[in-house]
Amino acid sequence: MKGAQMSTPARRVRGLGAARSGTKHFWHQRVTSVAAVPLTIALVIIVIALLGRSHAAAVQILGSPIVAIIMLLFIINTAYHMWIGMQEIIIDYVHEDKLKLASLMANTFFCFAVGFASAFAILKLSFGV
Amino acid sequence: MAELEAGTTTGPQRPRPLSPHLQVYKMMLTFVMSGFHRISGAALYFGILLLAWWLIAAASGPNAYANVEWFMGSLIGRLVLFGYTWALLHHMLGGIRHLIWDTIHGFEPAERELLALATLVGSISLTLIVWVVGYLAMGGPR
Repeated sequence: MKGAQMSTPARRVRGLGAARSGTKHFWHQRVTSVAAVPLTIALVIIVIALLGRSHAAAVQILGSPIVAIIMLLFIINTAYHMWIGMQEIIIDYVHEDKLKLASLMANTFFCFAVGFASAFAILKLSFGV
Repeated sequence: MAELEAGTTTGPQRPRPLSPHLQVYKMMLTFVMSGFHRISGAALYFGILLLAWWLIAAASGPNAYANVEWFMGSLIGRLVLFGYTWALLHHMLGGIRHLIWDTIHGFEPAERELLALATLVGSISLTLIVWVVGYLAMGGPR
């Protein structure tokens, strides 16, 4: 073998690198960013349409199927997109092992919590109770 | 070990190449816009709490919703919302710039500068347009 080849042939064939997930996150960040463009434009329009309205009117609009579906898509797409993005930032800047693990975990908790809380609110607005 | 000693370009003695840190680069628009894409992303990461708060309040009832409206209507709330709008639209345009680069287009010096400038001018213009439309939708500033 020429030079110091540190990886096994099987590992090179799989091409998954040190993170064992290859370019999955890179690709998913692209997919979610493409989805985010129309969803962001839709969100801005929805927010403008709700400005200055009473609570009852806001509830009615946010709970209507089309608006609720767009809001749900925005929230789910954004939660995943920001999870990948913040993980990237943490990996770049946090080098101390324990702090890095804690940050990565906190990132996951935060994105899940914000995503699920917002999704629950939208569903409650849609189905009432 | 024989392998390591045989090669002249490998082994632990040879200093590994290091990537130069931020301060060695000239402050160019493309450089600043690259950094700002990440900064705006991080700002949006925490800014989404505003959206979550707004939705949860709407689902909770009139009193909770009134609290959100009071905060968003205050001077600080409006400043935060204005910043959020700008970060959102800037990150969106910066993302489109990255998607263009992903197709292997726009890498020439003049194109890079143009894309960076378009991102900045576009995000500021779009933010102002959104706020003008927003105030018009409410029937003028209050």
